[in-house]
Amino acid sequence: MSAPSGGGASRDGYGAALLEMVGDDRVVVLEADLGKSTKSCLFRAEKPSHTVSLGIAEQNMMLVAAGLSTSGYVPFASTFAIFTERGFEQVRNGIARPNIVVHLCGSHGGIHTGTDGSSAQSIEDLAIYRTLPNMTVMHPCDDISAKALTLALRQHERPSYMRTARNKVQRAYTEESAAQLQIGKGYVHRTGDDVAIIACGVLLNEALDAAESLSQQGIEATVVDMHTIKPLDTELIVGLAKRCGAIVTAEDHSIIGGLGGAVSECIVSEHPVPVERIGVQDRFGESGGSDELLEMLHMKANDISKAAQRAISRR
Amino acid sequence: MAERGMGLDIAELEMMAKRCRRNIVRMVYGIGAGHPGGSLSAIDMLTGLYGHRLRVDTNDSTWGNRDRFIMSKGHASPGVYSILHERGFLSESDLWTYRKLGGRCQGHVDMKWCPGVDFSAGSLGMGLSFGIGCALAATLDGSDRTAWVMLGDGELQEGQIWEGVMAAVHHEIGNLNVIVDRNGIQNDDFCETQMRMFDVAEKFAAFGWAVMEIDGHDMQQVVNAIDWADQVIDGPACIVMHTIKGKGVSYMENNPKFHGAAPSEEQFNLAMEELA
Repeated sequence: MSAPSGGGASRDGYGAALLEMVGDDRVVVLEADLGKSTKSCLFRAEKPSHTVSLGIAEQNMMLVAAGLSTSGYVPFASTFAIFTERGFEQVRNGIARPNIVVHLCGSHGGIHTGTDGSSAQSIEDLAIYRTLPNMTVMHPCDDISAKALTLALRQHERPSYMRTARNKVQRAYTEESAAQLQIGKGYVHRTGDDVAIIACGVLLNEALDAAESLSQQGIEATVVDMHTIKPLDTELIVGLAKRCGAIVTAEDHSIIGGLGGAVSECIVSEHPVPVERIGVQDRFGESGGSDELLEMLHMKANDISKAAQRAISRR
Repeated sequence: MAERGMGLDIAELEMMAKRCRRNIVRMVYGIGAGHPGGSLSAIDMLTGLYGHRLRVDTNDSTWGNRDRFIMSKGHASPGVYSILHERGFLSESDLWTYRKLGGRCQGHVDMKWCPGVDFSAGSLGMGLSFGIGCALAATLDGSDRTAWVMLGDGELQEGQIWEGVMAAVHHEIGNLNVIVDRNGIQNDDFCETQMRMFDVAEKFAAFGWAVMEIDGHDMQQVVNAIDWADQVIDGPACIVMHTIKGKGVSYMENNPKFHGAAPSEEQFNLAMEELA
């Protein structure tokens, strides 16, 4: 089994948010054949007039979305995270550079995607999109937060990339807590003064589990859902560096350039403290169950706990 | 109230194209860099579009219901700037900001810098897709505005072009018209040596486009082709215009060296004589 039963997958939250926007005639949805997977199919079924299917042609999709945006529409375009990367230069030159509001969603991000294997497991998307001026980059952890953040994008006046995940995870949000989410502001799930664990996506649950076991050892951890990687909530991060003096990042992404990279850049400049990065260690994934892969790649709760202890010991 | 074109006859359009040619060479000579060849091959069609057809508002370049013109081969920017000056979007002094720090006339056409420019180009292969988005939006709005896209022939080597060519037919986009500037030369050399494209018109037709071939330097043919494309409403239309790169300046004509190079002082003076 690659996914726990129950809970919610962030891609479902994306689809639910699109569905909630069917009443807004400014919203258009673009697909590149993977609507059943990214969940844009839910919108298409309700509003085919505002859904543009572009076939297996991601580069074209990026610029069609840009053209719609400059004509007054709010485009939400989706495909697998890995295939958005085929259109990276289109995003760079055709969307981010002229600052055209296109909301791009890459589903099936990370090794948690599982049995499809390494060709489908984007572990670099957050890093590459983060380098683009004007771009907002997000990676929510569950369906409820993904829905809230996708709905927030409708009023967002910059282009964005949101990574969603294929598989269901235990929910970290309720409708009430998700209502407090803001793009660009990390959400503190737990407070402790000994170490700060900053996580995103499917690793948020692992981080919360790690904090639980650390607490049993007398170590109190703060756990943050850093659903927005750019613009980064540097105020929160610097505050945690000052208060806890040790930081762990956790993400289903390469340790190079993603959340770990972004937090490290911030810490190095603003308030240097030990940082340990949990993520994919500069390698590609492979086929396997989600949990099997997390275990093999040392991205489980116990790996985060050990990293927390290392960070504290380096303080 | 914005009107279609500028109400000019063929002779007036030809005079306007000649003034544009002079400004194209002046801009490139002035900064000592740029792309004269593809600007000179495209300028008769640009003149036809802005002088005869496009409905735009020079008092409000962001007017939502304007026709869109997308110069996908964004390096032919001197051509675009020269015609935007004729249409009233740019002053003459704006032209001399070409490629200069802070100038409206960036090296490649840029919608964030230059009034009247609808698309930030510079990376080949993207403009057709953008035009499809503009055309789909017009249809959703119930507007009669039209998207016109100019592609270079070398640009057709980009795979994204054919993604767009397929999509435009699949979605039966009748308010989209494409012009291919078939001047036969790209950056390094003649297209025939870089990547042969054979019969471009046949390729578009094979995908299901309505296609017309013209001499892109015959203003009557240019105007007729624009009117023809307007009449094609059940799907996209493509005008393949056969042109001469560097047209109007003897030593630039059909010369790959002047894809992206400025003339010397002596060459500049000769060009001004030839374009007098």
